[in-house]
Amino acid sequence: MELYRSHILVCGGTGCVSSDSLKIEERFIDLIEKNDLKNEAKVVKTGCFGLCEAGPIVIVYPEGAFYSQLKVEDVDTIVSEHLVKGRIVTDLLYKESIQEGEMQSINDVGFYKKQERVALRNCGVINPEVIEEYIAYDGYEALGRVLTDMTPEEVIQIVKDSGLRGRGGGGFPTGLKWDFTAKAEGDQKYVACNADEGDPGAFMDRSVLEGDPHVIIESMAIAAYAVGANKGYVYIRAEYPIAVNRLQIAIDQAKDMGLLGENIFDTDFSFDMEIRLGAGAFVCGEETALINSIEGKRGMPRPRPPFPAVKGIFNKPTLLNNVETYANVPQIILRGAEWFSSIGTEKSKGTKVFALGGKINNTGLLEIPMGTTLREAIYDVGGGIPNGKAFKAVQTGGPSGGCIPAAHIDTPIDYDNLIELGSMMGSGGMIVMDEDNCMVDIARFFLDFTVEESCGKCTPCRDGTKRMLEMLDKIAAGTGTVEDLTKLQTLAKTIKNASLCGLGQTAPNPVLSTLHYFMDEYEAHVHEKRCPAGVCKALLNYMVIDEKCKKCGICAAKCPVNCISGTKGKTVYHIDTEQCIKCNACLEACPFDAIKKG
Amino acid sequence: MVTLSINGQRVEVEQDTTVLEAAATIGIKIPTFCHDPRLKPHGSCRICVVEVNGGKNLPTACVTPVYEGMEVETEGEEVVTARKEILDLLLADHPLECLTCEKAGECTLQDLCYQYGIERTSYDGERNHYEIDYSNDFYYSDQNKCIKCGKCVMVCDQLQETHAIGFAERGFETHIATPMERGLSESTCVSCGNCVSVCPVDALAPKKKTKFRYWETEKVRTTCSYCGVGCQMDLLVKDNKVVEVQPAEGVNDRMLCVKGKFAFDFLSHPNRLKMPLIRKDGRLQEASWEEAYDTIIGKINSIKEENGPGAFAGLTSARCSTEDNYMMQKFMRAAIGTNSVDHCARL
Repeated sequence: MELYRSHILVCGGTGCVSSDSLKIEERFIDLIEKNDLKNEAKVVKTGCFGLCEAGPIVIVYPEGAFYSQLKVEDVDTIVSEHLVKGRIVTDLLYKESIQEGEMQSINDVGFYKKQERVALRNCGVINPEVIEEYIAYDGYEALGRVLTDMTPEEVIQIVKDSGLRGRGGGGFPTGLKWDFTAKAEGDQKYVACNADEGDPGAFMDRSVLEGDPHVIIESMAIAAYAVGANKGYVYIRAEYPIAVNRLQIAIDQAKDMGLLGENIFDTDFSFDMEIRLGAGAFVCGEETALINSIEGKRGMPRPRPPFPAVKGIFNKPTLLNNVETYANVPQIILRGAEWFSSIGTEKSKGTKVFALGGKINNTGLLEIPMGTTLREAIYDVGGGIPNGKAFKAVQTGGPSGGCIPAAHIDTPIDYDNLIELGSMMGSGGMIVMDEDNCMVDIARFFLDFTVEESCGKCTPCRDGTKRMLEMLDKIAAGTGTVEDLTKLQTLAKTIKNASLCGLGQTAPNPVLSTLHYFMDEYEAHVHEKRCPAGVCKALLNYMVIDEKCKKCGICAAKCPVNCISGTKGKTVYHIDTEQCIKCNACLEACPFDAIKKG
Repeated sequence: MVTLSINGQRVEVEQDTTVLEAAATIGIKIPTFCHDPRLKPHGSCRICVVEVNGGKNLPTACVTPVYEGMEVETEGEEVVTARKEILDLLLADHPLECLTCEKAGECTLQDLCYQYGIERTSYDGERNHYEIDYSNDFYYSDQNKCIKCGKCVMVCDQLQETHAIGFAERGFETHIATPMERGLSESTCVSCGNCVSVCPVDALAPKKKTKFRYWETEKVRTTCSYCGVGCQMDLLVKDNKVVEVQPAEGVNDRMLCVKGKFAFDFLSHPNRLKMPLIRKDGRLQEASWEEAYDTIIGKINSIKEENGPGAFAGLTSARCSTEDNYMMQKFMRAAIGTNSVDHCARL
């Protein structure tokens, strides 16, 4: 094995790739070659580091120098200074990694400090396209141990004892699901992986598949052994080309090494798997719709029971888990159920990956122990709200979740607490909102998504979400009535109680939670025809503050519809609110803050 | 066996029975749109929601299996609220043309709106607008009236197995369509009309030749005369004229083919033969049955005398029953004395 004095880890996750990290990688390889460092420095394309805000990211070991927001031309400096001369390029480092003039290693940076990486342990660490790197990090050891030393019952017992619950949203105990599938009668059984990640802003499953695809193969093989299956399907959305590509590479490598196929580890156990591509319907993340889609049918949910554990793919017993759930399993086998259940809260064990977005400094992926408070996630890991704005609410669980207001920011995050607050864990989307967000507008945003994504099968979801959105549109336009507010509540309740699948049953959550916590904002829209956050355009009026106006005329020059009148240097300017299109250009242009909206 | 209670009434049913079926055994009717016992469980319309053990979520009776100790309320407050809301939502995208609608009187949506007191929708939102597809010779598809219960698609897929129609688009734009939206005449539709027979509203309906209201008709159960299968059907008769045919329970499992379902106009056609005709003076003229049989018997006897029984051959029809066909060959063999007897049903 060759030894190198420097390892250059280049992020190959979707976020960094879209900002040219592959060109950065190429440039590194090129310059290392030119500088004759080929035997001393090695470039490794890894999965996502999580701090997407700072991308493209490059980390140089052994120093752990964390270079962020690089441009291709910065590579030249890093090679000539850092690699050739051994001088870390401080200007290009992630600024929080410099404390009192000293560079900190990546693991001491605020964003990573409170994290505990189990599902993401190899993301940003190994090259996902090289099976040897996975094996070097204990890869396939769990599978080997399971196949040679354990009975299927023992495997299921460990998963049960660990307290692992489904990470896809429902939070169903994973071990129990495995047990049901193992006990279901059938000559043929399947295991399947739900990689149809659809929540807006959530990308932890993509990150695992891009950064550590072998963990899914290993885990599915373990699951297949436990439940008595010999065939696996991974259902991934086609919009994740890098994930699909890397998983396929991983499957091929595993087959070549005999880790997939006949008689794995020279045992009687045989297992093979294949990828099925989804066409991007949100509802296909719902397990029965996913099964229909795998079978080649329209992605529409089926009634349950029968549950997939009894009648799943092609009506055969099927174990269906989400990517992040699977990603935890090999570690549970290797480190034991007790280790896993020592992390987290009483009923939510282990860690959870969240995709932090919205009004937050550190946009990205974070993996924290269950029971971490929202405040820690948002302020300590997330780095707080930009521009000194006030925190208003956090939306968890994507379109199925709800908005949790500032009053509950010290709540420890776990499945049950979030449900209690009218939200849910979901797949782990976490969208932070500040004082400039209008909650009616937020509810509209999420509902707009569910209206588009409803499969159209059942009446409450298909027609009900549409009517809820129309009522919210009315409220945002200032034509909402008190009856609309009441009607919203009753309709939401029917949709929740009577819809066929999880999509419909949870679709009203963003509306119900904002109605519950932010009724005053709804009432301001309805009674006073006012949007307190200044977002709903129809309710906004732009005005010149006469005392502040310096008669410079810049606002009038910027106005695209010529609705600002006045004479330069002589009269105070005036905005014709009838003509105004509320584009905000004047407010941004005024050097004297003499324009207000409200 | 499983014991449960429905609206306080104890009922004992087999394992794997649904709540809907269990309720039916004690005469409790739960409304449905999308349910049909011949089809795989679907659970799409949600009108059959019921309350189980006071739980918040309302499962649908049509797909929920019973279990020991289950307590079901079929008309509780939450249930009625949900049903009213569902009807309200359906009406919000359904033209209120009941005065002139062909389905009036036999429309499930109309019946349930009446039952739950929904006069009109409380929503004033967007509606879908579709061109009515008249391209099929026997029926039309008016998607503006469709409530997306999906029965038509399932009948076409699971029972008729023609797969001519399916769902298109998603969410509020979901509708029933032919492949590539090319219309029924360009689809693989065989015009069996089984989708029409199950449609609860006027979205799929026969092209009527006669104006009638369903309450003006009388149902006459009969056996289809087109072939020997013996499909059971109800003739809808107004003023002694058949105006529509509906499939009935029987060997055909409430299915019909294009002929049984739609081809009944011959019954009242002016050219239909109602009396025997005998050629006299070079012209076919109406005659009495006695006269006709006398003529037949006379000719059979004289031909047999002159040329022997080998001069005869008998051909029977697939439109006759098995018994009729049996009688025919018996007659040829025993009465005439020939084995030359055949049947039209061959390819």
